[in-house]
Amino acid sequence: MTALLEVAQLRVSFPSPRGPVWPVDGVSFTLERGETLALVGESGSGKTLTGLSLLRLLPAGGVIDPASRLLLSGQDLLALGPEPLRQVRGRRIAMIFQDPMSSLNPVLTVGDQIRETILAHLPVPKMEARSRAEALLAEVGIPEPRERYRSYPHQLSGGMRQRVMIAIALAAEPEILIADEPTSALDVTVQAQILELLDRLRAARGMAVLLVTHDLGIVAGRADRTLVMYAGQIVEEAGTAELFARPAHPYTRGLFASIPRLTGARRRIEPIPGMVPPPGEWPAGCRFRNRCPSVMDQCATEPPVKAPGPGRACRCWL
Amino acid sequence: MNATGAWQVIWSARGGRAGAIVLALLLLVAALGPPVLPNPRAMPDLGRVSLQPPGPGHWLGTDRDNRDVLSRVVNGARVSLAVAAGAVALSVTLGTLVGMLAGYAGGWVDTLLMRLVDAALAVPRLFLLLIMVAIMERIPLGVLILVLGATGWFGTSRLVRAEVLRLRQLDFVHAAEALGASRRRIAVAHLLPNVAGPLAAATTLAVGDVILLEAGLSYLGLGVQPPMPSWGGMILEAQPYLITAPWTSLAPGLAIVITVLAVNLVGEALHQAFAPVRA
Repeated sequence: MTALLEVAQLRVSFPSPRGPVWPVDGVSFTLERGETLALVGESGSGKTLTGLSLLRLLPAGGVIDPASRLLLSGQDLLALGPEPLRQVRGRRIAMIFQDPMSSLNPVLTVGDQIRETILAHLPVPKMEARSRAEALLAEVGIPEPRERYRSYPHQLSGGMRQRVMIAIALAAEPEILIADEPTSALDVTVQAQILELLDRLRAARGMAVLLVTHDLGIVAGRADRTLVMYAGQIVEEAGTAELFARPAHPYTRGLFASIPRLTGARRRIEPIPGMVPPPGEWPAGCRFRNRCPSVMDQCATEPPVKAPGPGRACRCWL
Repeated sequence: MNATGAWQVIWSARGGRAGAIVLALLLLVAALGPPVLPNPRAMPDLGRVSLQPPGPGHWLGTDRDNRDVLSRVVNGARVSLAVAAGAVALSVTLGTLVGMLAGYAGGWVDTLLMRLVDAALAVPRLFLLLIMVAIMERIPLGVLILVLGATGWFGTSRLVRAEVLRLRQLDFVHAAEALGASRRRIAVAHLLPNVAGPLAAATTLAVGDVILLEAGLSYLGLGVQPPMPSWGGMILEAQPYLITAPWTSLAPGLAIVITVLAVNLVGEALHQAFAPVRA
């Protein structure tokens, strides 16, 4: 059986004054039906671009290398013309964005924005689209959906807006939901509610979720598998429980060591020194070696991808 | 921003409220005026001496042909406001279409359209109008509206293009794309309503410009043709009597000033409301 989504050797280039740079450079993974896959990395690691590439929605100048492969149930996404591509967006793969303040249109009611997505993809009459939109508002936990249908985004709180955004994304019953930092702009108390909502909807609809985040805390107990991304590459892949128990890559370990903990023995927070260098300034060989605590001589050459356990992968000489 | 919202914006600014009241009165007079005026068609009051000063019977006096000035100013309001409304409706439509196309299509379409607009903007509008109007001998009202409208959209198209360029970078446009909205749907449902605010302000201000332009053209004898009354044309006819019968030129002159002022007050209120970035 083919995977729901298969990404192989995804590379994305942007022009720069010194020639093209590759902020996404050879990303491969699969996404199965009904699973939650987390894509974790710091700002600038290329995780958001990877998510956007799946919808072929890159910022101006961005080009997906034609040698990349994006297969949705075996169908080549890179070969689609504009209209078939539009039919994939929202209908088969939907996306929610980080900031619900800016990702809703301020001049349209939330109900109309949900209805618009239904009408763009499903052959239903307008009246039925309206009742479906109200049902979706109820499904994402918005009280009084009939009244809220007529609300404008500015009349709702941040958490409510993100619920509306989720309702819009679910309107055409997609098979895959890409959630790009879905809770980063929200209050901590609301974050858990939104994540639980996403989990519940995924289970109820048998939808696959690609959870793009910098926050390992929201990955635990939620994602089935986790990909750790650094400098345009996936450096480690593992089942989430495995990854938390035995992180293999020095970068993953560094990420865990930089999370403050409230329980267990007191220990010092150890931030990873420095920042992700911008694309084009990545060192040859292992791209993490300038920040790595266990750097060795052979790190100057391209590290191999090893398998520290079943279903695991780690791009490191160790 | 819907219609009620726009209305609240105008009404809450002091200048906007004053302008709106005056404008409403003007429209009311223009609409109702001629049927209720003592001399609706402003026919010459034959048998009496011309250039009568204001007084009972002729509240604003009479002109050189002994026509009632008040009746002619009110009739002129109809013509001037109709020309302004028609021309601005045309120019705003053209400007919005070109601006949306340039801003949203981008690439060579954008470059081509904007260079054409640059070229058109380099020629002063009055000269452009003079050339176009001078080619024709007698200008029907419809053609005047067409000519004023066809030369007035350049600035609007730039404004709309700039707004579209700003808006298309915003998350909700990306979100709509990500959820499979068609390009036409994004243009009509997402971009256009968000351009409406600044566009409303610019449109209102353009009405004032066109009223002045039409008056100027008519004053030069190239706009609205006599005997149809227009404010600019009335001032032209009244020119020899500036000192001896000042009411003949003052009345249409004041009408122009009051109308343009009222329109600009409303436009300014809208402009102020849309100037800050909306949350």
